Amino acid sequence: MTRELHTLVCLKVVPKSEEVGVDRETNTLDRANARSEINPPDMNALETALALKDRFGGRVSLMSMGPPFVIPTLRVGLAMGADHAYLLSDRAFGGADTLATSLTLARAIEKLGDVDLVLCGEESSDGATAQVPPGIATWMDIPQATYAMDVDFEPGQRHLVVTREVRDGEEVLDVPLPAVVSVKVSCNEPRFMDTGRFALLDNEELVTTWTADDLGVDREHLGLAGSPTSVAGLKEAAQASGRRRELVSGTPEEEGKILYERIIEFLRGAGTRGQEAPG
Amino acid sequence: MIDPAYSPQEARGIWVFLEQDAGVLAPVSLELLAKARALATESGAELTGLLVGGDLAALEATAAKLDLDRVVSVAHPLLTQFTAEAYAHAVDQVIRTQKPDIFLLGATAYGRDLAGRLAVMLRTGLTADCTDLALEAGTGLLLGEVSGFGGGVLATIRCEQHRPQMATVRPGVFPEPAAADRAAAKVERVNVDVPAAKCLVKVVARHRKTGVDISRAERLVVAGAGARGEMPNIEALAQALGAEIGATRVAVDEGWAERERQIGQTGVIARPKLALVWGASGASQFTCGIDQAEMVVAVNQDPEAAIFESADICIVDEVAPVVKALVAELQSHGGAE
Ligand SMILES: Cc1cc2nc3c(=O)[nH]c(=O)nc-3n(C[C@H](O)[C@H](O)[C@H](O)COP(=O)(O)OP(=O)(O)OC[C@H]3O[C@@H](n4cnc5c(N)ncnc54)[C@H](O)[C@@H]3O)c2cc1C
Ligand SMILES: Nc1ncnc2c1ncn2[C@@H]1O[C@H](COP(=O)(O)O)[C@@H](O)[C@H]1O
Repeated sequence: MTRELHTLVCLKVVPKSEEVGVDRETNTLDRANARSEINPPDMNALETALALKDRFGGRVSLMSMGPPFVIPTLRVGLAMGADHAYLLSDRAFGGADTLATSLTLARAIEKLGDVDLVLCGEESSDGATAQVPPGIATWMDIPQATYAMDVDFEPGQRHLVVTREVRDGEEVLDVPLPAVVSVKVSCNEPRFMDTGRFALLDNEELVTTWTADDLGVDREHLGLAGSPTSVAGLKEAAQASGRRRELVSGTPEEEGKILYERIIEFLRGAGTRGQEAPG
Repeated sequence: MIDPAYSPQEARGIWVFLEQDAGVLAPVSLELLAKARALATESGAELTGLLVGGDLAALEATAAKLDLDRVVSVAHPLLTQFTAEAYAHAVDQVIRTQKPDIFLLGATAYGRDLAGRLAVMLRTGLTADCTDLALEAGTGLLLGEVSGFGGGVLATIRCEQHRPQMATVRPGVFPEPAAADRAAAKVERVNVDVPAAKCLVKVVARHRKTGVDISRAERLVVAGAGARGEMPNIEALAQALGAEIGATRVAVDEGWAERERQIGQTGVIARPKLALVWGASGASQFTCGIDQAEMVVAVNQDPEAAIFESADICIVDEVAPVVKALVAELQSHGGAE
């Protein structure tokens, strides 16, 4: 087949993990002080897409479901070399769990009509832990390959060869297109923004925003209304997990000696302590 | 709300996916069984293990001896090797006819792939990567505890209207159960239809790694980015202590240790007695992998490093001289038994 490859990268804009807390009064997430970033493995997905484009040509589109304030972050992806960005933004999408998120993304990808390859990150740092990519694939009724370390393409054959990580090793999969592939965090080095593309970034036409009406999906299936799961409670993870935090100091030799003593003492005692379930 | 495949009133029993590869059960499936048994006892539910594969005769015998009331076995030649579409297609059929209330899987590559597809096929809720499971007082609903934002926040998730209530649990979260002493579970073979159209993905090759599984190690010596140039000494220390080597993601990316030795959110959740952590900053994506250790020692030159929040013994110093001093101590005493 001669048609150019159209790759779509699902980018989620997330608050930086280390800057999110829990509001102790209301028990809700406090993101007020957190800056936004592209979910780190999604940057690896984007790099995978751009590397395929470098080798075989074709187009790279970005897609994100989120509020309008993520647009400047999406433009980073355009500056890296993507051709167009689609933002799915509507109050009706808010509060979506995996089922509703993957439905929304899948219907929007189908609306584009000509996407050959959907690339995602392995998991989102704030979220649904790796379930959205299989979800998109299932709504679209196409194959998936997750935890990819390497994605290779045979242009003539419209198949991917995906090397992916599994529990005790690696698998090489032959994956016919169209398909959804999610890539491992740090499987490659995302490139820097291309300064030559900065001029493009003010171009309003490079970002298309779609609302629920554009997707033609029953509102009852979107966002909070379409989510079978709900949050029953929220708390900040226990600080310091009850560790002793004993400071040992001295010269390195003294530290080594004390450390040795502590370790031996602990290991001798651990024979009995080891019987208890670790707390 | 999307219509569920079946209603809560019709749903019965707790099911555990007995993940297997080449005839060997995944350790996480056994870990899940102990927890599932506790939930089943609490609610009076029947506990079923689900086996899926090509030829399951030997595994059926193994599974019948586990702490299960019933084993459901789904064998088909096209299920010999795991592929997400074929497995999901097969399991979907079984779940629609048998209508479990709760369906639990290990959060491995295979378990997450299967769960992610099934949840959409069944139009139900999935709580992924749980760090704990419980039943809600009064309603009996499954509560899954999950951590977000790199472990900083814990949320409890439930699924009220849709069935099965699905959850995946990370390996290493629950301890493996002691051998059960009970009557053999009955094995029920179920036929499924696996159309070739659901087998588009082909497994071309499967490489098994060296087979180290540091989630079971009693002692770990862990290298972070601050251990640069010190791997020979880190290895000498591991040798003297009879410990396995573990590593942060940065250290793995540097090539200082194999990927299967990575500890943390995208690596292994370890539960050793002792972990000695050298030159790691203590990112929550890492520390969630050593939180279950009985004792943690951390060495880092930065007194403000977050790793010290997660350590029992803290040494603010350079990696090189301290690791050398400790190796020398151990060698002069003939190791640590
Ligand atoms: C989605 C996602 C998943 C992730 N999953 C994981 C995971 O599973 N596991 C994981 O480890 N990380 C994971 N990470 C990465 C994680 O956020 C951190 O980047 C990583 O753990 C840092 O590794 P490090 O501590 O070795 O390196 P650094 O953060 O670079 O820390 C090095 C530390 O060594 C100290 N140091 C430097 N030189 C010396 C010296 N000579 N002597 C003593 N101390 C020294 C420094 O003070 C510093 O604190 C993940 C990230 C993301 C986004
Ligand atoms: N709201 C979203 N917008 C775009 N992509 C998303 C969104 N949520 C999840 N994804 C994609 O799905 C991957 C896995 O996310 P998750 O299943 O949430 O862990 C991410 O790395 C993204 O590529």
